[in-house]
Amino acid sequence: MAGQTCDLFDCGHRACGGCGAALVSRLILDAAGEDTIVVSSTGCMEVFSTPYPETAWKVPWIHSLFENNSAVASGIVAALKKQGRKEKVIAIGGDGATFDIGMICISGAFERGHDFTYICYDNEAYMNTGIQRSGATPYDASTTTSPAGKCATGNPLPKKDMPKILAAHGAPYVATATIAYPADIRKKVKKALDTPGPCYIQIHAPCCTGWGFEAEKTMEIGKLAVETGLWVNYEMEQGEVTKVKKVVRKPVEEYLKTQKRFRHLFRPVRNDTEIAKIQAIADRNAEKYGIDIKLKKD
Amino acid sequence: MALGVGCSARPGKARDNKTGSWRVFKPEFDHEKCSRCGLCSTICPEGCIRDDEEGLPVPDYDYCKGCGICAEECPSDAITMKQEEK
Amino acid sequence: MMEIMEGSHAVAEAVKQCRPEVIAAYPITPQTHIVEALADMVADCSLDCEYITVESEFSALSACLGASAAGSRVYSATTSQGLALMFEVCYNVAGMRLPIVMSIVNRSLGAPLSIWNDQQDSISLRDSGWLQYYAEDNQEATDLHYIAYKVAEDHNILLPAFVCFDGFILSHTYEPVDMITQEQADRYLPAFKPYQKLDCRDPISFGMYATPDYYLEFRYEIDQAMKRSAAVFEKAGKEFFEMFGRDYRSPVEEYRLDDADTAIVAMGSICGTVKDAIDEMRDAGKKVGLLKIRTFRPFPSAEVKSALSGVSRVAVLDKNISLGAKGAVALEIKDALYGSQVPVLDYIIALGGRDVRRKDIREVVSNAEAGIGDLFYGLRTEVL
Repeated sequence: MAGQTCDLFDCGHRACGGCGAALVSRLILDAAGEDTIVVSSTGCMEVFSTPYPETAWKVPWIHSLFENNSAVASGIVAALKKQGRKEKVIAIGGDGATFDIGMICISGAFERGHDFTYICYDNEAYMNTGIQRSGATPYDASTTTSPAGKCATGNPLPKKDMPKILAAHGAPYVATATIAYPADIRKKVKKALDTPGPCYIQIHAPCCTGWGFEAEKTMEIGKLAVETGLWVNYEMEQGEVTKVKKVVRKPVEEYLKTQKRFRHLFRPVRNDTEIAKIQAIADRNAEKYGIDIKLKKD
Repeated sequence: MALGVGCSARPGKARDNKTGSWRVFKPEFDHEKCSRCGLCSTICPEGCIRDDEEGLPVPDYDYCKGCGICAEECPSDAITMKQEEK
Repeated sequence: MMEIMEGSHAVAEAVKQCRPEVIAAYPITPQTHIVEALADMVADCSLDCEYITVESEFSALSACLGASAAGSRVYSATTSQGLALMFEVCYNVAGMRLPIVMSIVNRSLGAPLSIWNDQQDSISLRDSGWLQYYAEDNQEATDLHYIAYKVAEDHNILLPAFVCFDGFILSHTYEPVDMITQEQADRYLPAFKPYQKLDCRDPISFGMYATPDYYLEFRYEIDQAMKRSAAVFEKAGKEFFEMFGRDYRSPVEEYRLDDADTAIVAMGSICGTVKDAIDEMRDAGKKVGLLKIRTFRPFPSAEVKSALSGVSRVAVLDKNISLGAKGAVALEIKDALYGSQVPVLDYIIALGGRDVRRKDIREVVSNAEAGIGDLFYGLRTEVL
């Protein structure tokens, strides 16, 4: 597995140093291989990888609009079928394209059962336009449209449960992942591509610019999200959770305090009430998915 | 060069953009300490670390943005970030 | 073979003969009879194609965009609100130079909601980079589909095309239509050869973004292709004429215009009524003629200027309005005649399906002769 993973996603792209989404692009292509057609939504990944004529994509790639990648993918899948071609189709969108503006197209494509894989790189806000809140923004995260202030503690709403919504469409395979575990991403992408029908993978992709942390901490923050139970890595097959990453859980503040978007929960004064609410979200996740490794008592 | 019809292009030109010029800190690789695990080349968001024939990582400084993920994550502490001298 | 057919069914038959590989469409009145007929053909295996029943018009054209980029000939049909919902994708398809053909069964745009005919829908996409062809009757609506594919797919053009025909007035009306055979259609329109496509053996990036260093040039290229398409339309029309005897070579059509004092300019099914009215007026000694616009994009300014060179006045019938200005056709005519002294009078007419009779055309001409124009014709002032 070591080494030559950048063959299909070229150097020279314009992502910020330490970009989680850039790593997502590389890992997807590494797992999918060259017989893959990629459909990108408008967003950071599209913009940092394709200023004309400098494309970083060495597989066939298409961008149309912000909200229509799964409809475009539907058409590609239909054309390939008619032409008797066997290439795989991957639609990639950020969380804004996926959770919000592209929802109707995704719902339609999944309901129709086209054979493609949808991958959401989830950096939990509209990063390309300057860190505005999306339906994927976690509770209490401060964004430029849900800022923390004297009478606000950041985003007042919980994160939408997209994987469950798409599982309810009858998607045969739904998974979550984080860039902190590259081998896991590769495995899940391969599994999705090998599963007939519309599959969905949601990848936690920390954004140093939007979340406010030092670039070298991208992987560490991905791990902390899982270790605190604020992000759960799991697989759903035919609507049932079949595999969950278990952890010895850490308190949520170990994740929160690493990022500027949650700084208002600690400064100027610590907000125990809000931190407790976020801890409760993690606790519910832990109970719902059974992620806790119970340590034996001596 | 004629424009690509409909704003299309074949791959190859991305490499014209040498992102190494963005770098403030530069990763230096100590091959003595390296365990050849391949993690750094796997997780580099630029994809600019290659493994040589002996399995040792070789960065391409033309593209390395100096994000420091490789140094942070290296299990053998074989990579250190040094202030870029320009 | 001459058959009595509903307009929608004749168009569906022509589309089938063009052998689309992917169809994606969403139902909307009065387009439904076309897509229902095509669905029947797919269900009966008389049309071998992937038919995607999308969840919106926005997705219909998006799916067509993907299928076209993947190298298939594709088709869709819509109207009115459906076309409005496609707005963003329309610009995208043209900018990406994908030769999609779409029937526009012309209908007004809300509010107020109206399912009846005018041409506001396609006119509102005037600047999107789609070729726009308008049909007078069901025969022309049918035939223009073969021609549209031929022009759109030409590697020197690569632009999408609307074939526009009036909702209900044509789409739901039975008329004799001379359908060509599948063999004839195959000879006229060979299999689709994409200029470039999504292909793992030759990976290309489609739909990249352009910095200010490139954007202007890409728009220029589209405009140039649009202008080149006039000659390709003429050539495609010539081939059609030679094979089937029906003449669509010219982007405009003149009717008794040679010695006319008053020229009426119009697009679409209203031209049939105008021709009948002209015959009556000619019988009564009035020198009136018609200039029918067949291709609104590209706009045939030179042909218009030449055709209208000898007339004393021009009366434009616009089934649309650029609110706050004039009808879109009148604006083009004024531009084409710039520098000449011929008065151009605009009549906003038949919006939202208001019926137009021969006597209305006579009244328009009387108005024009009296220099009265630039008005909404037939306003019911009693309800204002």
